[in-house]
Amino acid sequence: MTTIDTSKPIPDPAGPAEDNYLTHSSGIMSWLGTLDHKRIGVMYLVSILSAFFVAGMFALLIRTELMMPGEDFLTQDQYNIMFTLHGAIMVFLVIIPSVPASLGNFVLPIMLGAKDVAFPRLNLMSYYLWVIGAIFAVSSIFLGGVDTGWTLYVPYSTRTDAAMGGIIPVATAVFILGFSSIFTGLNFIVTIHRLRPPGMTWFKMPLFLWSIYATGILQVMATPVIGITVVLLMIERTFGLGIFDPSLGGDPVLFQHFFWFYSHPAVYIMILPAMGIVSELIAVHSHRHIFGYRFIAFSSVAIAIFSFLVWGHHMFLSAQSPLINVVFSAITFSVAIPSAVKVFNWLATLYKGSISLNTPMLYGLSFIFMFGIGGLTGLHLGTLATDIHLHDTYFVVAHFHYVMMGSALIGMLGGLHHWWPKMTGRMYTEFWGRIACGLIFVGFNVTFFTQFVLGSLGMPRRYQDYTGPGWSETTTALYHKYHFVSTMGSYIMALGFFITAAYLIHSLFRGRKAPANPWGGRSLEWQCSSPPPHDNFSSAPHVGDCYDFSVLEWDEQEQGYHWRTDLKHEPGEA
Amino acid sequence: MTVTEPSTHDHPDFLQHHWDTPKQQFEAGKLGMWLFLATEVLLFGGLFVLYAVWRGNHPEMFKFGSQFLDTKLGAINTAVLILSSLTMAAAVTMAQRNKRGALMILLSLTLAGALTFLVIKYFEYSHKFHEGYYPGMKFYEPPGSGSLSWDNDPTPMVHGAAAAHATEAPSPLVAANFVMPDAEPTTIAPPVVAPAGVSQEALDALYDDIVAEHHDDHPVHPLQDPNRPDNAHMFFNIYFLMTGLHGIHVSAGVIMLTWLLVGASSIPDRWPQITRFFLLKRSFGADWFTPVDLGGLYWHIVDLIWIFLFPLFYLI
Repeated sequence: MTTIDTSKPIPDPAGPAEDNYLTHSSGIMSWLGTLDHKRIGVMYLVSILSAFFVAGMFALLIRTELMMPGEDFLTQDQYNIMFTLHGAIMVFLVIIPSVPASLGNFVLPIMLGAKDVAFPRLNLMSYYLWVIGAIFAVSSIFLGGVDTGWTLYVPYSTRTDAAMGGIIPVATAVFILGFSSIFTGLNFIVTIHRLRPPGMTWFKMPLFLWSIYATGILQVMATPVIGITVVLLMIERTFGLGIFDPSLGGDPVLFQHFFWFYSHPAVYIMILPAMGIVSELIAVHSHRHIFGYRFIAFSSVAIAIFSFLVWGHHMFLSAQSPLINVVFSAITFSVAIPSAVKVFNWLATLYKGSISLNTPMLYGLSFIFMFGIGGLTGLHLGTLATDIHLHDTYFVVAHFHYVMMGSALIGMLGGLHHWWPKMTGRMYTEFWGRIACGLIFVGFNVTFFTQFVLGSLGMPRRYQDYTGPGWSETTTALYHKYHFVSTMGSYIMALGFFITAAYLIHSLFRGRKAPANPWGGRSLEWQCSSPPPHDNFSSAPHVGDCYDFSVLEWDEQEQGYHWRTDLKHEPGEA
Repeated sequence: MTVTEPSTHDHPDFLQHHWDTPKQQFEAGKLGMWLFLATEVLLFGGLFVLYAVWRGNHPEMFKFGSQFLDTKLGAINTAVLILSSLTMAAAVTMAQRNKRGALMILLSLTLAGALTFLVIKYFEYSHKFHEGYYPGMKFYEPPGSGSLSWDNDPTPMVHGAAAAHATEAPSPLVAANFVMPDAEPTTIAPPVVAPAGVSQEALDALYDDIVAEHHDDHPVHPLQDPNRPDNAHMFFNIYFLMTGLHGIHVSAGVIMLTWLLVGASSIPDRWPQITRFFLLKRSFGADWFTPVDLGGLYWHIVDLIWIFLFPLFYLI
């Protein structure tokens, strides 16, 4: 059972390759009621990208409003509702589930060599919880909106009248989405523990699985706390208990502690899976064995552990004791160590690699660049003295957009392009892929790098306007310059996203049929056909070193990679 | 535990297609349940932190509040839950040994324990509600600011209604606390006793007279007592939040135990097909008892949480 002939990793094209997971059954119910992790992953992907479109539109409206000084077309209340929903949807509906629930769901069992995740029904339930959460979140717009910012800070969220209708639906959405996230993480942890086939040891797992595992720990351990926090918030708002509201004897800083105890680890729920994707992209597309495998694997776990100990750096100016501030600041700095371990290992992998600048690789390289900026500016904010100046300015906005969008979402896009041939069985147009990646890269940096400058010049975040009484004319003129450039950048970025959507949809209908292994990957998902068959593998696949690319060679006719014909044995065994 | 029947019966009907052996499936279920229990601990953990923060800052509030809880009923409930945990553990063993009769008796006893707990809790809650110790702003009032008239004031304490009420009848309670945009920020008086370094003797001396007064015949409602500590209502807020969430978990346990009990009995064939969708497809035996085992784990954590709640509220 353990020795399966790997000299022919690609299934016989005449046989089971015809029956893939897409053609296995048909009809709308075969999708809505499916227990197949691949179909659930695709449903997640479509839903998440729709939510991304909605929240992206909010972002464009916000940027357009800010382009010119003065109130252009959004009132202050509308502006507040807009940036709150932009944040809430992007965080809870898009970035947190983006990689684990969509790409992870699709790829994880195949990479592992399993037929499915451990609990397929729980997996489907997690998807429907996401849908219900999305309905609650979006319904808040029609119930009066929320204007508190996505952080839902008390006492604003328990008192504000403008948000009267929206707070409870949004808090409910956060609660439900939390369960969706917990179930996904729990499922993946159990899958990795219990469904590894013979031969797949912990240190033979692709690094993407390590990062998903670390993410799972965070999802399971951190999310319940936000669950109980929003329940308390709802009860406080409804009955006026006085837990958080200072005018009733409550403690608003306690809410911030609760909130950030989840929401700081949540930042790593967003970034860790993207880091895992980048580990795959860098190794596969430079055709070189990943450098420092164990260091990258353990740095994921280290980041997961550290992330529980740094939440207080969001509250340096919230009347914490100076001692606590210093401790949190110091631990915050230490997160830089495992992060840097990853970045330097990626760079060392690139060194002397034979790099193919495919679209996924371009996203991978963009990730390293932008994560570098996003991570290093985090040190400015973790330093107590500079944080006093930069707190709640556009510097913070730029910093977390570099991390959440420039890193997490760019990593997700890289993974999407990397596994798109596997998921759909079609190749997209490489030319347009590179163009779009370039536009997104340039647009993103133009948008957000200017905001670093804007923030250090003192422009506060969450302001709809920067003119009128209280603003000097020179200040307004100065801020206008940067806001204008930033908005232009966001339009460039939007163009890049629309091109991406266009060529990906085009590829579904007109794309060239994808080979089983278009990039030369060694992990198990490249051993099954594109798209994979319903049960992933007809027999248990053999596990080798998933970063040893020397055994693959390019096949011009097939336009993909396959096992080297001159090799008799699995090199790992010989 | 022998779960793997060799080759001929390679894939038993309860084994899902993506597992190789029943043992693998069972262990995955168990790991999943433990992770779920970890999330439960963290869910309650938030409330335990809430408790710790408030108790650390205002020990006098807890000292005052806990005297209104009925230790006897709490102790009975603790005993009931511990006993039901014992019967649950025995039920798991009986399921493993394929003794259906004993399994059903033990599950019924566990279920009876869960229901007894809820009934006792119902009496405790309804007594508190009758006395007016329910959560919310009903009895938030700075000490010494006059008698509360909340027994005669049926206005529900949501902000909008309260604000409307305030315009027509400005009672000191409403004016002071509910119309926040217009009101002066309420300054919170320092606690009667300094939180840090307060000695037990000092607390005892301070509240002995309060206890003496109210254990007579309630001459004045304790929460209207001008000598009560500030924010005394917070004790009941936290009490109802924590025991309430625990009660929800006990109720979920009742549903789970009923479901297990039906699963342990043999389902008649004449039952309509739809019932089979909700019920187990197969009854428990030595080869398959996962739901009983996992249900047992859940029931133990519900028990365990109560074991912490009881001393925190009733005893200390």
